[in-house]
Amino acid sequence: MPELVITVARFGFLVLLWIFVFTVVGVIRRDLFAGARSGRLVAAPRSVGASTGQATARPAKVKRGRAAHQLVVTAGQLAGTRITLGEAQITIGRAEDSTLVITDDYASARHARLVPRDGQWFVEDLGSTNGTYLDRAKVTGPTPVPLGVPIRIGRTSLELRP
Amino acid sequence: MTAAATPVPSPATAGERPGARLARSRRNAELSLLVLAMALVAAYGAMVEANVLDTVTPSFWVPAAALSVVFLGMHLVIRFLAPFADPALLPAVALLNGLGVGFLHRLDLAQATPAERAELATFAGIGGRQLAWTLVSVMLAAGLLALMRDHRSVSRYAYTLGLAGIVLVMLPAVLPPSISEINGAKLWVRVGGFSIQPGEFAKLALLVFFAYYLVRKREVLSLASHRVLGIDFPRGRDLGPVLVVWAISLLVLVFEKDLGTSLLYFGMFVVTLYIATERVSWLLIGLVLFFGGAYLAYVLGEAVGGPFANFYLRAEIWLDPFGDPYDKGYQLVQGLLALGTGGMFGAGPGGGQPLLLPEVQNDFIFAGIGEEIGLFGLSALLVIYLLIVERGLRAALAVRDSFGKLLAGGLAFTLGLQVFVIVGGISGLIPLTGQTTPFLSAGGSSLMANWLLIAVLLRVSDAGRRPVTGVGGKVTRPSGGPPEQLHGAPTEVIRP
Repeated sequence: MPELVITVARFGFLVLLWIFVFTVVGVIRRDLFAGARSGRLVAAPRSVGASTGQATARPAKVKRGRAAHQLVVTAGQLAGTRITLGEAQITIGRAEDSTLVITDDYASARHARLVPRDGQWFVEDLGSTNGTYLDRAKVTGPTPVPLGVPIRIGRTSLELRP
Repeated sequence: MTAAATPVPSPATAGERPGARLARSRRNAELSLLVLAMALVAAYGAMVEANVLDTVTPSFWVPAAALSVVFLGMHLVIRFLAPFADPALLPAVALLNGLGVGFLHRLDLAQATPAERAELATFAGIGGRQLAWTLVSVMLAAGLLALMRDHRSVSRYAYTLGLAGIVLVMLPAVLPPSISEINGAKLWVRVGGFSIQPGEFAKLALLVFFAYYLVRKREVLSLASHRVLGIDFPRGRDLGPVLVVWAISLLVLVFEKDLGTSLLYFGMFVVTLYIATERVSWLLIGLVLFFGGAYLAYVLGEAVGGPFANFYLRAEIWLDPFGDPYDKGYQLVQGLLALGTGGMFGAGPGGGQPLLLPEVQNDFIFAGIGEEIGLFGLSALLVIYLLIVERGLRAALAVRDSFGKLLAGGLAFTLGLQVFVIVGGISGLIPLTGQTTPFLSAGGSSLMANWLLIAVLLRVSDAGRRPVTGVGGKVTRPSGGPPEQLHGAPTEVIRP
């Protein structure tokens, strides 16, 4: 084997090795940047998505622009998390099967839930130990939640946004 | 409420832009990466023959072709059984495994006399045996993918696996040294002509148990009591589990005489604990406990000897490898010399003298390869390991259930830690221990366990990247039915 061929092959192999590395990086790059947008989460039951493309029954009376479309965590460990509201209720608590799992020392396993009714969201305390507060008032029964008014659970604070 | 009628697949789960309807499985990207990886393995084989034999034989492509068939089979299995699995995992692992086989084949060529070379069959020698083990391991991994359709199902066997893990860890320690001891470390079980390293499989079993246990207990374990320097420390009574694992890993250190294995188990537990509770204090406690324990073993080894003597010896070699370069420090010194000879670009595949290195097919394979591909090539291999670990952690981020998160995160970290322990050992950063280099070293146990690990990562990443709603017009449940309530939807564990 000529010396030149071996030398060229030697360096060619190393270059090819790095080309492989960068190709792998290229393949996974999209995934990395997609992750940066994952602050948005969609709370919708599976079947709603499954039936897209069909005429789905829309809620009857919706005041456009005033309806809440997002639930935003404004304070606490999860601050900045947004949940796009669907038609299903949102359960909040430390339990694993809650929609919004909060790891707050002052939250109960099943702390509170948000239920939509005719385009209006109601907050309801589920018998939590430390209580749920709508702005300053303690929530006792299902209470309508206006936009931008903080719901406080332990150290966490949530708001409905249009 | 209008937005609710047409929700988009969650970007966190589909790994796609919001609004992208079709989540892409990216299997074709995997296939092309795999072809590139196999081309590299074939090129490596050709260069080895050019350097060792001075000519490229017409059959140089046979090992690479055999590997290609095996990995293509695995690719097809993934295509059907885990279509949304991570596209980078299989090609990266295939390249490492292929280069490992290529290097071991190169050792065979160097050892064989010219007469034997002609008759060196594909499955003969350590290279050929590694090729056969690769075949078995990939088949096992495919089998695991087929059996485990949902990673959460293994949590049902968590306690069984935990017990099995502890038995596997302890087995070599209690067996007589004639069965379990090789080169001073009691890590093996020799049955007939085979030697099995049960600790490799224990890794997986224990991790399933840790993940399951910590999902259950993390609420308690993340309760804080004192706050020192801005870090919340756990309550004293919650230290129990970590102390138990610490004690077990120290027992491993003492009775199996292996620092790496002990570091691996303990690190695995501490990191899984950290992922579960998000408390930095656990990492600090873990580091303090481990370094304290290792130092204690060192001091005891100097003063008492006995079971600690082996560790003391290894630490002494590490502190001054050139103190006794022809006897005790021989292996490490030869490894360092090999890496030094390799320099920046190496001697070229087949151009080095790997046979001067003791245990070059196992522990020192990284030094052996390093002599031939240099720092430039070695760093590429390290980056590939890093990418595999990154993909594992990514799978942990993407998957929605806590058990999957802990399992994938822990497995990825374990792989990284193992590479750190052995590469750190041969490069003199930490005391040398008898860990295998994942996917490169000769040996069936290590290869099988690591391929099983990759199968679990593939399964978890498939679950994480799989879109929640129907894909490409395929509807997951019959449309028109009553909308499922939220308890039917997967939990969204939201972490900042």
